[in-house]
Amino acid sequence: MKLAGTINTRTLPLLVTSVLFALLFGFGSVSYDNFFSVQVFLNLLIDNAFVTVVAIGMTFVILTGGIDLSVGSIVALTTMVTAALVEQHHWSIWAVVPLVLAMGALFGLLMGSLIHYFRMQPFIVTLGGMFLARGLCYVISIDSIAITDPTYAAVSEYRIAFGEEAFLSVSAIIALLTLALAIFLAQYTRFGRTVYAIGGNERSALLMGLPVGRTKMLVYTLSGFCSALGGVLVTFYMLSGYGLHALGLEMDAIAAAVIGGTLLTGGVGYVAGSLVGVMILGVIQSLIAFDGSLSSWWTRIAIGVLLCSFCLMQRLLEHGGTNLGFLFSYWKKPEEQADTAK
Amino acid sequence: MSATPVLVMQDICKSFPGVTALKDAQLRLFPGEVHAVMGQNGAGKSTLIKVLTGVETPDSGEILLDGRPIQPKSVDEAQKIGISTVFQEVNLCPNLSVAENIFIGRFPIRGIAIDWKAIEREAKAALAALNIHVDVTRTLSEYPVAIQQMVAIARALSTEAQVLVLDEPTSSLDEDEVERLFDALRELKRKGIAILFVTHFLDQTYAISDRITVLRNGEFIGEYAASAISRLELINTMVGREIDEAGFAAQSAADAAPPSEYPFVTVKGLGAAGRMHPIDLNIYRGQVLGLGGLLGSGRTETARMLFGIDRADSGTIAIDGAPVRLSSPRKAVQQGIAFCPEDRKTEGIVADLSIRENIILALQARRGIFRYLPRRVQSAMADQFIKQLGIRTPDAEKPIGQLSGGNQQKALLARWLATEPKMLILDEPTRGIDIAAKLEIMDLVKTQCRKGLAILFISSEMSEVLRVSDRIAVLRDRRKVGEIEGKAADEQSVFRMIAGAEA
Repeated sequence: MKLAGTINTRTLPLLVTSVLFALLFGFGSVSYDNFFSVQVFLNLLIDNAFVTVVAIGMTFVILTGGIDLSVGSIVALTTMVTAALVEQHHWSIWAVVPLVLAMGALFGLLMGSLIHYFRMQPFIVTLGGMFLARGLCYVISIDSIAITDPTYAAVSEYRIAFGEEAFLSVSAIIALLTLALAIFLAQYTRFGRTVYAIGGNERSALLMGLPVGRTKMLVYTLSGFCSALGGVLVTFYMLSGYGLHALGLEMDAIAAAVIGGTLLTGGVGYVAGSLVGVMILGVIQSLIAFDGSLSSWWTRIAIGVLLCSFCLMQRLLEHGGTNLGFLFSYWKKPEEQADTAK
Repeated sequence: MSATPVLVMQDICKSFPGVTALKDAQLRLFPGEVHAVMGQNGAGKSTLIKVLTGVETPDSGEILLDGRPIQPKSVDEAQKIGISTVFQEVNLCPNLSVAENIFIGRFPIRGIAIDWKAIEREAKAALAALNIHVDVTRTLSEYPVAIQQMVAIARALSTEAQVLVLDEPTSSLDEDEVERLFDALRELKRKGIAILFVTHFLDQTYAISDRITVLRNGEFIGEYAASAISRLELINTMVGREIDEAGFAAQSAADAAPPSEYPFVTVKGLGAAGRMHPIDLNIYRGQVLGLGGLLGSGRTETARMLFGIDRADSGTIAIDGAPVRLSSPRKAVQQGIAFCPEDRKTEGIVADLSIRENIILALQARRGIFRYLPRRVQSAMADQFIKQLGIRTPDAEKPIGQLSGGNQQKALLARWLATEPKMLILDEPTRGIDIAAKLEIMDLVKTQCRKGLAILFISSEMSEVLRVSDRIAVLRDRRKVGEIEGKAADEQSVFRMIAGAEA
């Protein structure tokens, strides 16, 4: 419940991730001039605001033991709808944003309903949602739509200053607010705790009389909403709508959640961890950018290695308590599984 | 103990397609008592619990709580009217904290947020009432099963329960843990809570229960004061008389096998903490060793350890005098051991495949897919077994699912015999088949055995074990309590041994 400075198997992954982030940032500061500055740090938040928001929604889904592959496509669809409404139909930003947020939530709710009422696999349902949303983008336009609306540009360029030289964008502020709300939701509301309970043991959650079905649907609704919000942040960032925006973002979001210490099997993890996960992905990109000689695809390689090592670490921690017996129980596990499969 | 029952179940009937699970079952539960429900496999214990706790709806009958008729539709609803249940497996969330597990679903809210302080305080108090003092903020999975079981009970009690139903709460606990649980139960008794306790451990029944209700084949047999019924009487009541004693009485192939001098398998001190106390067994070629005991006495556990399915954490196994490690079923198969599991439908037959394919399955698996058995050989083999074991079927190509249970079982037997094992473990080979088929199977077992096969025979029907076995190892509460020669034994002597009154 409380972090309260206690290091146990639940908080250890988060701690490791945070330390790793500090190490990477420290490495950059030593290696490259101008790397060590508040603004480089804040830029991580600014450049990755939309990833953060999407990863937050994803974290809730993964905590229930599900998965949402549709997030990237919903982001793209949101940018398209926003750009089309603002540019071609000259709607006000204040009308468009609530509309697209509602649309994203509804999209998530529909997928959640399919998953709950028809007991379909989240993987398949959201894979369907992914193709559907991405396809719908091209119904609106196959080309990129630039957003030239002055209000939009103003919001996009607005900077909130921190001291002399440092600043944050509106997007980054929205991302941080979302994070704060999400942490509250996860730790201090019945909904949030039910999410953890479902991830821990769905059957038990049902027998304890928890609203399992409703919560599962809400989680996908929340993820759809977060994706739409992420989409709005992308339009602030790119000032355009395009069907090719946020390609593969779902995988980044999953990676961020896992690196942030969330277990793919559900029930274990912290929303805050996903922010750290996103920041790690961001700092790797920054390091490669500062280096200048490396191809940006090195980011992917780094993410791949990180992801595998984090999963391995979790697998080892999963079975252990605080004692060293976990290595032993780890080897016992596959046999027990084979056993039940028989 | 007060004079009026808090809970009465009257004439409860429940049938499932093809089976009558409960027929006019009765139960009376008084405040401040621990009441054990006992019965063999299939006696209807779990159905009775399910009806009471709202998991199943009875076909007819009445449940009265405090004199008012009730009809709980779900576990949740039963809990709301004061019937709390702790199921066999711990139904909690291992990833949440202890405190959270007790209160989830009815968190106190302060302002807009969950009041974690209040939860921790109250969880601590709830556990302290059961004499458990642990850090309630730690995750549940960090604690042993006994504590988890206590947490489940604390959760069940935190909703003003009048009736606490414990469905085999001790099946995964060791002795110390059981003692702690019982202490807690005694405490609850003092507070006037009625506890319904389902178990198949005799010792525990006598250690904690005030009264015992016995069910057999879904029927109410009787309600007894625990102090007024001896163990032997209780066992006899649970098992009942065999309907066909005459048919069983005669040992069929009375020819005493010349036991080989050295045992094929020697088991010394084989045990697993929490599952099975260390056990010694000698299994000879050409002999049937029967495992006798009531449900839950450790019969299947022993077989599973021998076949390498469950890992033993103490003891040794030697085959032909040479020590071996049977750490997986594969290793056991390599040593020539075959295992015919308990549940024919889920672990045995492949219903859509033909008899021939089902018989050939294990042999082909052992040969590997690259040494494919020619169809001609397969057919010859299948036909041979069909003739030898008397499987009644027009031909070997009929899907096995269309055969009767007895014939399916024979085909399964053929499957393992086809691999030419040195030892065959048969776990409940006669379950769910008619009496004639049972006799036939038992004779087949005997005949195969005389050809030099070592057989470990498990059945919950003592008369069968007696009929087939050359020797019987008697188990009680996961412990071997003795061994008797098959010929010298009758049901009463085995039951006396189980009851602990030395024969």
